Amino acid sequence: MQTETISTLRFSTAGSVDDGKSTLIGRLLFDSKSIFEDQLLSIGNASTKRGHAKIDLSLLTDGLTAEREQGITIDVAYRYFATDKRRFIIADTPGHEQFTRNMVTGTSTAQVAIVLADASKGILSQTRRHAAVAALLGTPKVVLAINKMDLVGFDQTVFEKIKADFEVIAKDLGLASVTVLPISALNGDNVVSKTVEDVNNLAWFQGPTLLEYLETVDASRVNSTALRFPVQLVSRVKFGANKEHRGYLGQIESGTVRVGETITVLPSNEQAQILEIITVDGNRDVAYAGEAVTLTLNRQLDISRGDLFVNAATENAAAGLDDAPQSNSTITANVCWLGNQPLDMNRRYLLKHLTRSIRAVVQAVESKIDIETLRPIDGGTSLKANEIGRLKLNCAQPLFLDAYADNYATGCFILIDETTNATVAAGTILLEHKHD
Amino acid sequence: MSTSAVLEKKPIEGVERVEGITTKPLKSPHLRALEAEAIHIMRETIAESRNPALLFSGGKDSIVMLRLAEKAFRPDSFPFPLLHIDTEHNFPEVITFRDFRAQQLGERLIVRSLEDSIAKGRIVLRTPDEVRNVHQTITLLDAIKEFEFDALFGGARRDEEKSRAKERIVSHRDSWGQWDPKNQRPELWNLYNLRVNPGEHVRVFPISNWTELDIWQYIDVEQIAVPKIYFAHDREVVIRKGALVPVSVLTPVRAGEQSVIKRVRFRTVGDVTCTAPVESDAATVQEIIEETMLARLTERGATRLDDQTSDAAMEQRKKEGYF
Ligand SMILES: Nc1nc2c(ncn2[C@@H]2O[C@H](COP(=O)(O)OP(=O)(O)O)[C@@H](O)[C@H]2O)c(=O)[nH]1
Repeated sequence: MQTETISTLRFSTAGSVDDGKSTLIGRLLFDSKSIFEDQLLSIGNASTKRGHAKIDLSLLTDGLTAEREQGITIDVAYRYFATDKRRFIIADTPGHEQFTRNMVTGTSTAQVAIVLADASKGILSQTRRHAAVAALLGTPKVVLAINKMDLVGFDQTVFEKIKADFEVIAKDLGLASVTVLPISALNGDNVVSKTVEDVNNLAWFQGPTLLEYLETVDASRVNSTALRFPVQLVSRVKFGANKEHRGYLGQIESGTVRVGETITVLPSNEQAQILEIITVDGNRDVAYAGEAVTLTLNRQLDISRGDLFVNAATENAAAGLDDAPQSNSTITANVCWLGNQPLDMNRRYLLKHLTRSIRAVVQAVESKIDIETLRPIDGGTSLKANEIGRLKLNCAQPLFLDAYADNYATGCFILIDETTNATVAAGTILLEHKHD
Repeated sequence: MSTSAVLEKKPIEGVERVEGITTKPLKSPHLRALEAEAIHIMRETIAESRNPALLFSGGKDSIVMLRLAEKAFRPDSFPFPLLHIDTEHNFPEVITFRDFRAQQLGERLIVRSLEDSIAKGRIVLRTPDEVRNVHQTITLLDAIKEFEFDALFGGARRDEEKSRAKERIVSHRDSWGQWDPKNQRPELWNLYNLRVNPGEHVRVFPISNWTELDIWQYIDVEQIAVPKIYFAHDREVVIRKGALVPVSVLTPVRAGEQSVIKRVRFRTVGDVTCTAPVESDAATVQEIIEETMLARLTERGATRLDDQTSDAAMEQRKKEGYF
């Protein structure tokens, strides 16, 4: 089958209003022949209704009535397309400050974050915000797509100036890997192909087109190989010859599990051996990060949802690894506040980390980021919606923590307001590095 | 009155075996990732909801959902019943399949029918044979209230339609069953917020990130049986406003129209009065996959007669509590 070996890339797009994000996505889908005829017909009709001579590709991405009315993106839209080389999931996120939380939603699972800038305007405060969100979420690759190059006569010096400005931002934020590309979404320059109607307006640019970049970039996450298996559920049925073993259902968040290996169960610190790795498709000897499995153990232990299986310490020592998570009831974390109501240090929040939810209070707002200078400033006692800051949280019970920088899967959490049930914050955990 | 469907063992009409496959093709990394994501979502939902149910219509997406539920919970029985909101405007093959599959799995199937809502005066039809998709919402919300469900698994995919593309995997519904697209909960990483107040519920879409092609490739590798009408067959149709309309008791040939026999298959199966087949010779899953790769129309655009009315039709229905 043609698609068997094709990998999937998840990327997000963000830009300030009118930077041309919708046009860009329309262009990517249109030029890669991923638009269906009925969609084309429907945006063709809408374009005519609005008095446009050409098809307005930006209409393709407006999902909600309110978005069409206001001509803006309010919430993330997910889109799917494929080329011969890869499958893509686009999280098309809103650029407006007010909807930052939706941008955070879409970017949290992206491997590449595309930030748009308008060549005639340069870097805006929104561009900095988008870069800051990508930095907070540790998105492996960030692309600055400098759009509307046609408006500046495809001038290389304009491109170089904006690129230099962005590189300063990237450095301030500690963004790992940044690529800057010139494009014109309206006409198609350097989006899918270098040329438009056989003219290469960006002949001075030696890099790839946006699509070539997306088709070839290695955006895999460098993640910890330590075993993290949070128990989601304990089976009602029992396994084994005498039906004496419970099954523990969960997803391997990182590392591998092997039959016969010793694991430690947290928080009880009890040890046991993996007896079976059960799946509906048959038992396995080994299972890897990302897989959803059912495990049985050679000992009967009191285990429930929220417990965490990790490599047993003895094996770590033998392998020269120290990969146990830190047990701590105080957490330092970078947080983007998402709630409509500001952070309240008097309130208790529910903190969801892996499969555990526990009560937590904010002990201190250590700092927050000034979006204009990207410097940390005094945090005061609160964070408002869409602000990014550093918090110290106190939890009702110890959590088993990894730094987000080491473990994308286990270094993050959300805060929930128990009164409204709203998700009010997204956090990435900071730990002092153990190895340096 | 409707009760849980009574199921008995008998040979099954309308159930197509997947043909033309002798060895199981290998599952691609892409499908394995989608499968694991769906299993994880289902298990989280079970852990964090009190009283969940899975919407099962007998259509291909919900059939795939059942396979994923097997992957998530077997050898245990499902920790939820199956729920079908029956318009009674069905393709008989699909209903036969629905009952067959529930029985085969040994799982409880609850059927709530629009006819009951009509009899109770909860739904008032303007004409007896009008499109019933819109009315399903009332019966659905009544069923949610009756059983006090607080989480409902649905087989909707984001690639289906514009407003679906906007929906979270865990999507909150207020006590009126309404969706507020402008005020959705942020949803980060794989940390889902399933909390609801009494009377509210969440809809959970484990196959949000699957495309029509993914569904067929999964049906292929998993060798899942689907109703016969998904495969090419000869059918009497009339051509109305460019769409093929199947001729049935509910959708008779109108005055001045000529019916023709066409080789067709269905890409979706729903209310008979608003589901159109497409012309096709694809008689096996493999041929459907090839056809899907080349398809020039979206699944809904090609087959749903009711969504064409306006860009916002689906969004409006979803806001009111539709699937
Ligand atoms: N000149 C020029 N205009 C563009 C380009 N890309 C987008 N636009 C125009 O910029 C405006 C805003 O584009 P749109 O895609 O709606 O922006 P969004 O708000 O970021 O989604 C529209 O009038 C587009 O036609 C470009 O590359 N060059």
